[in-house]
Parts: sequence; C-alpha cells; structure tokens
Amino acid sequence: MYEAVIGLEVHVQLSTASKIFSGSSTAFGAEPNTQASLIDLGMPGVLPVPNAKAFEMAIKFGLAIDAKIEQESIFDRKNYFYPDLPKGYQISQFEKPIVGPGRVTITLDDGNTKTINVTRAHLEEDAGKSIHDVFDGMTGIDLNRAGTPLLEIVSEPELHSAREAVAYLKVIHSIVRYLDISDGNMAEGSMRCDCNVSVRPEGSELLGTRTEIKNVNSFRFVEKAIDTEIHRQIEILEDGGRVVQETRLYDPDKDETRPMRSKEEANDYRYFPDPDLLPVFIDDSFIETCRIKLPELPDARKARYIAEYGITDYDASVLVADRDLADYFAEVANMSGEGKLAANWVMGSVLAELNQANLAIAEFPVSSRQLSDLLGRIKDDTLNSKTAKTVFEALITGDGEVDTIIEEQGLVQMTDTGAIEAVVDEVISENSHEVANYRAASSDKRSKMLGFFVGQVMKKSQGKANPQAVNQILASKLT
Amino acid sequence: MSDITDLSFSELKKALQEKSLSSTEITLAFLERIESLNPELNTFITVTRDEAMRSAKNADTAISRGTATAYTGLPIAHKDLFCTDGVLTTCGSKILSNFVAPYDAHVVSRCKAAGLVSLGKLNMDEFAMGSSNENSYFGPVRNPWDTDRVPGGSSGGSAAAVAAKLTPLATGTDTGGSIRQPAAFTGTSGIKPTYGRVSRFGMIAYASSLDQGGLIAHTAEDLAHGLGLIAGHDSRDSTSAERSVPDYTEVLNGSLKGKVIGLPKQFFDDRLNNSMRDAMDMVLEVFKSLGASVVEISLDHVAEAIPAYYVIAPAEASSNLSRFDGVRFGYRADKPTNLLDLYERSRGEGFGSEVKRRILIGTYALSEGYYDAYYKKAQQIRRLIRDDFNHALASCDLIFGPTTPSTAFVIGEKISDPVSMYLEDIYTVATNMAGLPGGSFQAPMISGLPTGYQLTGPAFGESIILNAAHQIQMATDWHRLNPENF
Repeated sequence: MYEAVIGLEVHVQLSTASKIFSGSSTAFGAEPNTQASLIDLGMPGVLPVPNAKAFEMAIKFGLAIDAKIEQESIFDRKNYFYPDLPKGYQISQFEKPIVGPGRVTITLDDGNTKTINVTRAHLEEDAGKSIHDVFDGMTGIDLNRAGTPLLEIVSEPELHSAREAVAYLKVIHSIVRYLDISDGNMAEGSMRCDCNVSVRPEGSELLGTRTEIKNVNSFRFVEKAIDTEIHRQIEILEDGGRVVQETRLYDPDKDETRPMRSKEEANDYRYFPDPDLLPVFIDDSFIETCRIKLPELPDARKARYIAEYGITDYDASVLVADRDLADYFAEVANMSGEGKLAANWVMGSVLAELNQANLAIAEFPVSSRQLSDLLGRIKDDTLNSKTAKTVFEALITGDGEVDTIIEEQGLVQMTDTGAIEAVVDEVISENSHEVANYRAASSDKRSKMLGFFVGQVMKKSQGKANPQAVNQILASKLT
Repeated sequence: MSDITDLSFSELKKALQEKSLSSTEITLAFLERIESLNPELNTFITVTRDEAMRSAKNADTAISRGTATAYTGLPIAHKDLFCTDGVLTTCGSKILSNFVAPYDAHVVSRCKAAGLVSLGKLNMDEFAMGSSNENSYFGPVRNPWDTDRVPGGSSGGSAAAVAAKLTPLATGTDTGGSIRQPAAFTGTSGIKPTYGRVSRFGMIAYASSLDQGGLIAHTAEDLAHGLGLIAGHDSRDSTSAERSVPDYTEVLNGSLKGKVIGLPKQFFDDRLNNSMRDAMDMVLEVFKSLGASVVEISLDHVAEAIPAYYVIAPAEASSNLSRFDGVRFGYRADKPTNLLDLYERSRGEGFGSEVKRRILIGTYALSEGYYDAYYKKAQQIRRLIRDDFNHALASCDLIFGPTTPSTAFVIGEKISDPVSMYLEDIYTVATNMAGLPGGSFQAPMISGLPTGYQLTGPAFGESIILNAAHQIQMATDWHRLNPENF
C-alpha cells in the first residue's frame, strides 16, 4: 500500500483595481495590450512602484489563516526569459515573504476535520499571455495580465489524497472570496494551482520523489490530475522503476499528466533582491487596520448560522463554503423567517439548478426576495410542495412574481373541504374495482394502497388539493 | 565680449536675465559649434536642432512675456540613457540603435519644465559600462585636450561636450565613477548626488542600486544651478528620497574656515604617483589657505570596493538587461528561426563585448551555488564600506582624494585589459557603494592634461561639496583652462 503526499501552491489573482507595480487597470477581457502601460511593457528606464492595496489584501489573508505577518518583506527578481515576461524577470518574494506560517482547517469526507499548515504566502506579479492560435506561424503577446498582483499560497505537504487537496483548495477559495481579495474565478485564471505530488510506501517516513503538475485550473481537474498522477507514480514504483522529478502538465481530455519541455526545469532563476524596490516594513498599526477590516470568515459564519437559523452542522458547512451562496441563504432566511425551510430550498432546488445550469449564485435568476416570497406561500398553505415546485420553475424562466404566477396558473391550494370531498367522491365512483380491493384489504396494507387514491385526487385537482386534507377525507370515505 | 559658447551656464543665465543675449542666439551658437566640431569629437549621438530652435523661440517668447523661470532658454544636453519622448535614445548600444523613447525621463521632464533647451543626446559607453567611452556602438568620443586620448566614461560624451564648449551643462550618470572620472579627464566639474536624490525614472538602468543621475559643467556654481533643477522626490521611483531640496546656490559663498577635510590614508599610499600627489597637495594647500584643516582618516575596506562592485553591478546588470530580448522594442535579429534563435541572435548581435562580459559575470555571480560566495559576500563588503564612510564622516566634513590614478590615457591603451580599465574607478567606486554624494573638480594640470580632485560628503550633503569646490574655484583658475584647439 502507498501513501500519497501532496502540497499545493495556489496562485490567487488579487482584485486590486490597478496592477501591483503600475497604475494600469487589472480588468479582465479588454482588447489585447490596451491595459499595458510603459511599466507593464518593461520599457527601458521604467521603475516599479508598489500598490499598497495588494499588501493590505495579503495581510488580510494572513490574518484569516492565523499566520505570522512578517514585519519586513523583500521583493526579489526571479530571472528567466519568456516572451510574455516583459522584463526578463518576475518580481516575486523569495527569502522574505509577507505572510509566514499559518493554518487552515479542512473537513474530510468522513466529516472529521484536519488542520493543514500553510508554509507561507507571498506577493508577486503575474506574467502576460502568449497567444498561439491567432497569427499563422507566429505567437502573439498580450500583456494586459502582466503585472496583475498574485498571492502565492504554499501549503505544507500534508495532504494525502486528491479529495483532501480539493477540500484544502476549496477552503482557500472560500477564504479569498470572504475576504473579497479575489474573484477566485478558476476558469478565468484568477485562481490557479500547482500540485506537488509524491507517493511512498505506507508507514514510511521518507518522502518519495515528487513531480509538480503546473497550472491546474478547476477543482475537478485538481482532483483528477492528482489521482491520475498518484496512479502513474504507484505503477512506476510497482514496476520497480523510479519517479523522475519533473514538471508535468495535466491534459483533461486524455486524463493524463505528461512532462513539460525539459528546458523549463533546468531553470536557475538567480533570485536576488530587486534593487528597484526597498524592503517593505509593515508595522503593527497597519496590521491592526487590516484586522479591523476583516469580514466574518467561513468558520465564524457557520457557527452563527447554526445558532441563528437552527440548521444542522452539515447544512451550515455546505451553505457557508460559498460566500455568495451563504449571503443568499441568509437573505432568504431573514426575509421569510424560515431558516430550516430556506436551508432545504437553497441546498436542494437552488443548488441543483445551479449545478445543472452551471451558474454561479450571482447569476441565478431567482432573487432571494422571490424565494422568500415562495417560502411565505408555502408557510401560509397557499402552496403545497408540488405547486411550490411549479412556481419555482416559473420563477427560473422569469414568468413574473410569486403571487402573479400562483394566480395566473391557478395554483392556489384547495383547502376547502367541500371541494376536496367532491373530487374524492368522483375518484371513488370512477375506481370501484380499486375501492373494493381496498375495503377487502387488511389495515396494514391499506395505508400503502391509499397512495393510489391520493395520486388520483391530486391529479384531478391539478396538484392543488391540500395533501393532508386529501388523506384525511379519503381515509374516512373509504372505510 | 567673448564668444557665446565660452560662457558658463551661470554666465549665460546672467546674460539672458540682462537680456544681452536671447535664447535663440545662445542655442544657435551652440548648435553651430556642435555642427563644426562634433564630427571630430563624436560627443553627440543625436543633435535635436529643430526641436532646440523651437524651444529657444518659445523661451524667448516666455522671457519677453515675463512667464519665464530663472532657467528658461538655457541650453543642456542629455546623456543618451535618459529617455526623451520622441527622440532616439540609444544608451550607446546597437540593441537600442532604433529606439525612440515614448516618454521623458524624470530628469528630462524637470529640465523641460524649467524651460531648458535640449541640444541633443550625448555619446556614452554602451549601457554606461566603461571608463573610456570606447565601448559605444556609435564610436569612441575623443578628449578635446588631446584627441588621441579618451575622455573617460561612461559619461564621456557629456564631459567632452562640456570641455569643448558644445554645451554648457550636460546630464550624466554615475554608477562607479561615470560622472567624476570623465570630469577629471576633461577638466570639467561633475557631481554625483546621493543615491535617491535624483529620480532614476527614465534612466536606462545599468546597476539599479548604484546608478545615480548627475551633471557635468564648467564650475561648481553651474552644478548648483543644475542640481536644484533635477533633484527631488519622484513618486515613480521607489528609491527616490522624500526629502526637500535646498537651494544649492545659496550656500556656495560660505567660508571654509573651520572645515575639516579628511584624507583617507588608503588613497595616499605609495601607489599614488608623484605627479598626481603633487597636484593633490596643491589643492590641499588652497583648502588650508581658506581656513580648512586636513586630517588623516582611514577607509579600512576601500580596497575591496572594486572587486565587490564588479560582482554587484554586473549581477544587477545581468537582470536589468534581460528586457532587451528583441521581442518588444530595439534591435531584432533578422529572420529568427525560433524563440531561442531570436533571443540568442538579437542579444548576441545587439550587445557589445563589454556588456556581454558583464552579463556573463553577473549571471555567474547570481547562479545557484555561487550566490552566497559572490553576491551576498559583496553586499556584506558594501555594508562595511558604508560603515567606514559614515564613521570617517563623523570626524570630518568632506573626504578628499584624487578622482583618478592618472590623467587621460590613449585610445586603445586599455581596451583589451579589462582589469586595468576597472582600476580606473579605484577612487570613485567606494562612494557609490556607500550611496554618498561625490564631486570631481579641476585640479592642476599634469603635462598638459587635466586632473581632478574628488570630494565625498555625507548623505544629502551636496551643498557642502559644492560650497567647498566653489570656494576653491574662486581662489584658483584651474577650472578656467581651455583645451587649446577647442
């Protein structure tokens, strides 16, 4: 048996309005090179000027993971040649990062929690992008992204499965979203992950040779890439081979990892302190200013939701993982006054719809107020679970407000006993054979058989009959 | 009245104020002199004649309307590593031989804002690497005192242009002596301010932690005027000092009575040749006659300055020069077959041999496994040198020494011997390592060639240096001597 040892390097694009060393905008999606200033282009003679906002964000992250904020941090140059790296070096932090050791807690599949130590987090600038598919036989360079601030968060190699790695990554994602220091959008590259993976015989203290899978850009791919890589390494060891230390890329189409060009690995980055930038000194009062600005973090919010809304530990964990979803839930719960019902709906129908339509909660067509209205109509017995579902679907397609939909589709629940009795009588007279069977059956079988009649009544009433009333009336009329 | 071009920057300022000369007359006089003499001296890479005449005309209008500054209409020329918007900025290199800068360096924009008229861009050692100006892609600059000799470097074009009266004031940069050594070789005055005093924004970097912009002119008074224009905080340079700029001209006439001049024993040991020692003694006699006293001091680690410099500066240069890759600007190799070929040939063909040598040295010094032995060690030495200076300056006002070991050498004499070329900076480098201000001023001639003495002051003590040099210049005429043929 083998044990996997995994450490992650997570690159988070910080959502500062301007770049880390220039005044250019960091907005995503502009025309190529329209957001590249002289500084981002690495023009001769230009100099970097640090953006204080990036420090504030890094410090907030450090505080959120209970990390040491270093009083002195230093920007270094990481030297290598690449066309989308304008200066021929990346400004990063090597020996003295701004955020020192910290920790996060992840929840495992079995519900247990585990603390993962974070080695460090440091600030650096992003590179531009090489565009290989637009110009025939040539490569285009877009430097809009060059100089966008990144926070690189390095974990200790304390993760032991792809699932744990994803759980860790989700916690990091959740924290940066709560802090509002990044949009965390993995598809747009705002959050990227390098996975260091090795395997060793279970019980061994020695670490195996590791490989690094570069730039994995979704939770799902992180899980698959690590799993694939673990299996690949185990197979090599089983066959008596040796794992080669190298950088690999994950190909989601083939579900395999393969080595990057060997030249990339031979790099000696020749780190040295950037002489254009003075050491950064962070004093306690600045740290305190950042601490005061810290929002409620996922763990605190989870505890609060359990207490305030009376929901379960599990429900609270699911709801708080995504800050926007948690906010949505809280709005629905507060407006409707129905915590548990709100949790059921958000975790059930809402999440199912988001997953199916591949939407973020921010893009969800049903507003928190609309869902709250819907819950109100369930609570006052206007709707039953079936008609509520119909209204919910109509809200998604944008058919109007809750009460309008109820009215237009005639979905008001039939609670008038007389009207229900009339439908029940109809059903009894149309199904004499089933009625006879029912009456002949023993009482323990009857409850099961009753479902048929309930179904018929609901069908005839177009789902509007109050199910409890139907049950009651049927039971008394059939005896 | 003498020729317009014989006048110093301060004298021209006075003439403009008195309206005895117009900016157009002044500008034209210098442009004509450049046209006639530059072919022989090769001091200018680019002459911006039309732009200069336009600025001069604007200056005259401003003067007549009373909207001029105290400096409107005065000429200057810039070392070709200061970026100038819309004007070729080559850094003396083939790799930037086609580079028209899209913006003005801080120094350039400050000069423009003051109304100075830029005559053009001055020749230099490629990327400011050199002590003779022989390393320029645009050919060597010749020393007006003897055109077979070098003018020093890397600001050789700046120094020679001032010495030959092609411009009364020139910007330069000094990383290890690149303002002071050519000033000494050409009989001019030069100041390298405290690191951080002048913004490096728009100065094409050689060694960022040592580079500092400064000036070359005929007199300390000229430098005082010029420095007031270019010094000061610039938010675009993180290493620029947030410290107010004094009026450097105000203190020029202060007495030297009671001032203490420190002589580092390491600069006056038996390696100093006799004629240079005599020249220095003559300067010291003047200091004493003006009431200053002389004490011996020690800079214990100064001997290590050159080796440490030749680790730190190339290390920073190797990284600073990475951006010249043929991708976005500058020289690009013809028909590259792939990315590596583009890099290798653009850089291989674009850089000269001294630049390549320093990139190689610097790359090696920063390599894994060598970093601690070279770069880190050099930084430790640097701290010791800085401590030496600060300690010495606690017991004296200024540190005095020769600027160079000898007078200007013959073109070609040292070009194949890099170590002897590097030793040219033996007296100047330590000042850069300590980040302190230094100036070189005219000392007595030796065999018909100029020499210079160097003053190093405490951090932000430029006015102390300029005051002392001005007092010496008021009492002597070494700074008034002109090269015979120019």
